[in-house]
Amino acid sequence: MIEQVSLTDKQKKARRRRSIAIALVLAALVVLFYIATVIKFGPAILDRPL
Amino acid sequence: MAITGEHGALKGTDLGLSEADPRDYFALLKPRVMSLVVFTAFVGLIIAPGNIHPFIGAVAVLCIAVGAGASGALNMWYDADIDAVMSRTASRPIPAGRVTRDEALTFGLVLSAFSVITLGLLVNWFSAGLLAFTIFFYAVIYTMWLKRSTPQNIVIGGAAGALPPMIGWACVTGSVSWDSFVLFLMIFLWTPPHFWALALFKQGDYGKAGIPMMPNVAGVESTKRQIFIYAIVTALVGVLPYWMGFASAAYGLLATGLGIGFVWYAFRVLRMSPADEKMKPAKSMFGFSLIYLFALFATLLVDGLMTSLGA
Repeated sequence: MIEQVSLTDKQKKARRRRSIAIALVLAALVVLFYIATVIKFGPAILDRPL
Repeated sequence: MAITGEHGALKGTDLGLSEADPRDYFALLKPRVMSLVVFTAFVGLIIAPGNIHPFIGAVAVLCIAVGAGASGALNMWYDADIDAVMSRTASRPIPAGRVTRDEALTFGLVLSAFSVITLGLLVNWFSAGLLAFTIFFYAVIYTMWLKRSTPQNIVIGGAAGALPPMIGWACVTGSVSWDSFVLFLMIFLWTPPHFWALALFKQGDYGKAGIPMMPNVAGVESTKRQIFIYAIVTALVGVLPYWMGFASAAYGLLATGLGIGFVWYAFRVLRMSPADEKMKPAKSMFGFSLIYLFALFATLLVDGLMTSLGA
């Protein structure tokens, strides 16, 4: 038997806010590493034979 | 909805499901301490000889800030018991019950590893090593060992708070130098009089938590004398950047003036009556110590920026 638990409104709101914060941080890290990679390796990193 | 396995009907609160807000996690990073770390690291980075790409410089400061924040989270994980009994720290996320100790430990470890690896990959491994050492020194040497065992806790532990400008410097040069060591020394020597001034008027709190701060162990009079001696040495070291030639004459003048002020405030603490329960001179000294350090590093920053623009 699998029991399910209903979260309280406060827990739901807190979880939603934490999820949004994690999403924002991950998106910022993607941008950060993208720009840093281009800076470290130079634009030539995009210029490669396919 | 959360699936919880083969247990009876439970409420979310019984399971310890978190009500923690992102703000609680941010509070684990000790943002006020972090702001001083960011500032001093930034100054080290700006006045170091050499060049760094502005974006990579910003990433470096971010990594140092996150690393410092991670060590703050590890400190709160370990010190949750004493934080709960001190008025200054009782509302922190763990003693207030908003974040569990395990969550804080995981958060601190993940951020520590992430900040060090990112700094190593994107800036250089020497500065990453220094950052790792700083986190280790604050979380293990200071928090786990010194803080509860010796009244010299913040003297030796102060090294962790003094390293960020050296890390900032190392981000540019890939090494350390006597100049960056002076930046370290300025904060290292400033820390004891700064914290002991606080410990004087928060003695009861530290006593209740069983932390052997200097006033609780050596007594108020001895602490006042030590504050005065440290203030003199701090003021002298504060002028060194000018004498060593990496700060302007304007900095030298300001450092001399502020140094005299710092010693004057320490002298007022020294002359404070044992019957003085409000300890106003100690509170003033604590406030001035923050202005002192901020003003010196702000002037170094302006010096560094002017040199960069002039070059």
